[in-house]
Amino acid sequence: MLHLSVAVDQPSAYDAASYVALARLAERGGLDFVTLDDSFARPGPDALAVLSRVAPATTRIGLVPTVTTTHTEPFHVQAAVATLDWVSRGRAGWRLDVSTTEGEARLFGRRHAAVADALWQEAGEVADVAAKLWDSWEDDAEIRDVPTGRFIDRDKLHHVDFRGTSFSVKGPSIVPRPPQGHPVRVVDATDGQARRTAARYADVALVRAVSAGQAAAVREELRSQAAESGRDPDALRVLASLLVDLCAGEHAAEPGHGGGGPRPSPQGPLYRGGPVDLAELIATWHGQGIVDGFHLTPAEPLRDLERLVNGTVALLQHRGLFRTFYPGSTLREHLGLSRPANQYAVTKGTS
Amino acid sequence: MSRRQMHLAAHFPGVNNTTVWADPESKSQIEFSSFEHLARTAERGLFDFFFLAEGLRLREHKGRIHDLDVVGRPESITVLSALAAVTERLGLAATVNATFNEPFELARRFATLDHLSGGRAAWNVVTSSDAFTGENFRRGGYLDRADRYTRAAEFLDTARELWDSWTPDGIPRPFAHRGRHFDIAGEFTLPRPPQGHPVVIQAGDSDEGREFAASAADVVFSRRSSLEDGRAFYADVKRRLAKYGRAPGDLKIMPGVGVVLGDTAAEAQERAAEIRRQQTSPQTALLTLEQIWGVDLSSYDPDGPLPDIDPVVDPALTQGRTRRGDTVAIAEKWRALSREKGLSIRQTVIEAGGRQFFIGTPEAVATELEQFVRYEAADGFILVPHLTPGGLDEFVDRVVPLLQERGAFRTEYRGSTLRSHLGLPEPVRN
Repeated sequence: MLHLSVAVDQPSAYDAASYVALARLAERGGLDFVTLDDSFARPGPDALAVLSRVAPATTRIGLVPTVTTTHTEPFHVQAAVATLDWVSRGRAGWRLDVSTTEGEARLFGRRHAAVADALWQEAGEVADVAAKLWDSWEDDAEIRDVPTGRFIDRDKLHHVDFRGTSFSVKGPSIVPRPPQGHPVRVVDATDGQARRTAARYADVALVRAVSAGQAAAVREELRSQAAESGRDPDALRVLASLLVDLCAGEHAAEPGHGGGGPRPSPQGPLYRGGPVDLAELIATWHGQGIVDGFHLTPAEPLRDLERLVNGTVALLQHRGLFRTFYPGSTLREHLGLSRPANQYAVTKGTS
Repeated sequence: MSRRQMHLAAHFPGVNNTTVWADPESKSQIEFSSFEHLARTAERGLFDFFFLAEGLRLREHKGRIHDLDVVGRPESITVLSALAAVTERLGLAATVNATFNEPFELARRFATLDHLSGGRAAWNVVTSSDAFTGENFRRGGYLDRADRYTRAAEFLDTARELWDSWTPDGIPRPFAHRGRHFDIAGEFTLPRPPQGHPVVIQAGDSDEGREFAASAADVVFSRRSSLEDGRAFYADVKRRLAKYGRAPGDLKIMPGVGVVLGDTAAEAQERAAEIRRQQTSPQTALLTLEQIWGVDLSSYDPDGPLPDIDPVVDPALTQGRTRRGDTVAIAEKWRALSREKGLSIRQTVIEAGGRQFFIGTPEAVATELEQFVRYEAADGFILVPHLTPGGLDEFVDRVVPLLQERGAFRTEYRGSTLRSHLGLPEPVRN
């Protein structure tokens, strides 16, 4: 199954309308999810709030805001992501990222900047405690038992008692377990410790690769690291991240550029060409098992997303390579990922 | 001559025994559809705003998670961002703690909500001194009582500096704040919010709380039990405004109240009595008593007499809820009440726990609400329904039209921002 997702980032957009328009367009194309990047270091609104605003204006598409883990409180972050899952009825994801600069540290004044590897280690701990807190309510904890006067069965709520290297959390969460069990975790796995954190905790890993060979190698490494940490590698989706600039007409790939394959740019691997050739690239990489899908960032948000949906996606659908409707309603269902078992629930009657 | 019109807000029932979850009409406290229903109802009634409480640690009693009341709720700003999509005018107020958040991040979240909603965001500033709650956070620990308010005040000042930091034509300007609690610098990530500053709400009855409200808040959420109490509180808080260069109309006083309606006065009283019984189940009555007595009373009969043993003071018995003050004195008072009226444990708890309620026919309730405003005991009310999510329907259908006929409440939204509903000026830029 081919998985497609797009970024709906827009410079200098602070109100809801343009984000809603882009997410609806992506939903019309049947894409798995949209992402909205975030950072404390550059202009832009809070991404999770924006996608929460988008949730009631859409019905199927997955919503994946970036939420950083360095200066934020893990308890607040997990509650907000779980709430996005509640308000979207099971369509929430969370793109984890870290804040590495002293400039970002000065916005909080609590700790100095640290090296990326240490922060990604911490991001893994945040992912870990978030999963514990999402599980801290068993699915059937709310009982509303009138005869005994009990609203919940407190034996199905759990303190997580988490101790990490830089924080601890008692739990349980204040938010009941979200519809997906665990909202989908997305990590850019291109570099260093981020890749190890992705292999261990992510449901979706993004890889910025300029060649098929590079993408395939990173995917293999991620899958083997996932297996080493006790996961089923087939429960990890690896998507190639590309900037796409579809300004070059319907068919024309960049002249002299080998049919429109990605090439390096300061912002990451860039595809420049037409929607049809992009469909060709996607079909080829996916068909050869190089990646499970793509995460595309349009250079010109509205223009390129329209071309992507009406051109590239329509063609892939026509060729039977991409879905024409959403068979499920949750992001996990779009991605073909199962709902995780609760780590605290005891299977009864087996011992 | 136009009359001063009242303001109305709706509280989404939270985690206390006000919310009757055992009623067959009670639906989910977590599904988005419940929030949508109550918010749409409030907007249909032309309410000023919709109000969410906060929880950062589940309450515990005798070392175990409290299981009798509604437990579990979503994170407020996220829910309100989604509600911005299904409402157009309604103000959206989130309670967020200033002790376990940081100014840059929270100012940004509220500015985002204000932008996404076109100027409808409000922040109910609360503080915590609770090490129990702190166990869920990086900063851990707690602040002593005095520091809670100095931090909150500096927090709010810092947020306002951040909201004002961009130029009027939308260029980020560097800011730097150095104070007792915060030393931060950089650039904010958003233009000034549509309201200038989101509306600031404060709840707090202490002297520090009243002073903080007078200096910094746009709305005070109070709980007063009578017209006389309300008038005294109103006069005291309004009097404090002048020293901060503020006019009496710059701060709205809105008590939280319950409303019970009936076709006749007798029917309304009957329904109110039934609601109080539902709010205080036999188990809830015993638990409330244990919080006063400080000991296990599970062997007592809730329909029997109060314990004749003396209470012990054990602050660790119940964690994560408001302290009840001098429990020994309360126990003495409750025993006297029980003896005098011949009340059982459950009846005593119901009688002693009386909240601010307006009970009667729609006409009688409308008249009483009007009187509170006319006699300067309130500028408006925050309604606290006992049912999720339909608990506001009857009020909006039956009382709001009467208030409108009498000229005591708006018949349309005149502006689109919460500040415009509340008649508050746009804050002056720093």
